[in-house]
Amino acid sequence: MALQGRSLISLEELAKEDILDLLAQASKFESEPNRKILDGKVVATLFFEPSTRTRLSFETAANRLGARVIGFSDAATTSSSKGESLKDTIMMVSNYADVIVMRHYLEGAARYASEVSPVPIINAGDGANQHPSQTLLDLYSMLKTQGRLDDLDITLVGDLKYGRTVHSMLTAMRHFSSRFRFIAPRELEMPQEYKEYCTEHGIVFTESHEFNDEIISTSDIIYMTRVQKERFTDLMVYEKVKNAFILRNQMLSNARENLKILHPLPRVNEIDQDVDSNPAAYYFKQAKNGLYVREAIICDSLNIKV
Amino acid sequence: MKKSELVVAALENGTVIDHIPPDKVFDVVNLLKLQEMTTQVTIGANLFSHKMGRKGIIKIADRYFTDEEVSKLSVIVPNIVITTIHDYEVTEKHHVTMPDKVVGIVRCLNPKCITNHEPVRTVFNVTDKEAGTLRCHYCNKEIYSYEIKLV
Repeated sequence: MALQGRSLISLEELAKEDILDLLAQASKFESEPNRKILDGKVVATLFFEPSTRTRLSFETAANRLGARVIGFSDAATTSSSKGESLKDTIMMVSNYADVIVMRHYLEGAARYASEVSPVPIINAGDGANQHPSQTLLDLYSMLKTQGRLDDLDITLVGDLKYGRTVHSMLTAMRHFSSRFRFIAPRELEMPQEYKEYCTEHGIVFTESHEFNDEIISTSDIIYMTRVQKERFTDLMVYEKVKNAFILRNQMLSNARENLKILHPLPRVNEIDQDVDSNPAAYYFKQAKNGLYVREAIICDSLNIKV
Repeated sequence: MKKSELVVAALENGTVIDHIPPDKVFDVVNLLKLQEMTTQVTIGANLFSHKMGRKGIIKIADRYFTDEEVSKLSVIVPNIVITTIHDYEVTEKHHVTMPDKVVGIVRCLNPKCITNHEPVRTVFNVTDKEAGTLRCHYCNKEIYSYEIKLV
């Protein structure tokens, strides 16, 4: 068991075996998603900021496992809007639920909750900090489509400066010997601290400000992220770069056969809709994989193995 | 003999904190709550130092510091020298180094960190003792020594 009935806060705490174990569990849930193994259990989903996609995925996972779900989808409707502390909310909910899935706008909220909670906490995103279930489903998607996590050419494209998902991916991929390429506009390039992290952990990477055919044709995975207008201080710069990081179907003509395109979603325009019918497009299936991964996480946090 | 040494030598019992960076003297005062002391406290700021150019020195009579207090000090003023004096004799002199973990002393500079919104004791892991770099246990924000602010 990876979590052994413990909380899942960050992938930094998980060993390689833990990650592979969770992915193997997820694979079992993919072959049979409906298992009533959490009959009689209550899963709480506390979303202090709205995130419909993640909440529905976790709640579906809980439902397919036979658990009951309680919770809220917006802090405005809870007593935290009356000034109740996070600790008090967690203590109260832990009286009712066997496990708490929590999304919070403050960074470190999940770690703190796990320190005060008598029941396991699953971090469903804490501000710009961690979102481990997203990273695990990204890894699951790569493993499933490529058959391995080692020796892959992975190209990360778009907002690498603020993109939480790409940072978490590097943390998790430190255990595997894949090669990375960081493709971003100068304003949104991979922060120095993450490049140092790669060097420290032996992750091979190259960097470029150009997204071109040569890069696409030598990738096994292209992980697209959204270049957000609000990240730019100079809108002129945004106008100049915004089209340089859009993936279109015609750019994929020389791609490897095994290439898969991933995206954490929601997509705006960084992947043109004409890519959707290309066999390399994997982002919707990737989101579906989130269900199996979250079933595995919930069970593991309750010390239940299939 | 230099004047600062004369000041040290004049202490019968107590502690001398030497080699304090000139801009950190009053941070040390605040951290150790020296303003609340009733025994004699001598604070020297901007004294001449061969090694540092300028330095601060604080002499506190009849007071000795615990390891915990010393490790707190090390966070804001790494590389200071603490000397304990009994009967006008130096009984212990050591260069202070940073601990592995800093609890409840430093404020996280990330405005979105949980520790700035809930009554949580801050915890930092020291990632680089030489450079004095800390990482918030909760939000992972890195703080460099020159940015450190006390709780």
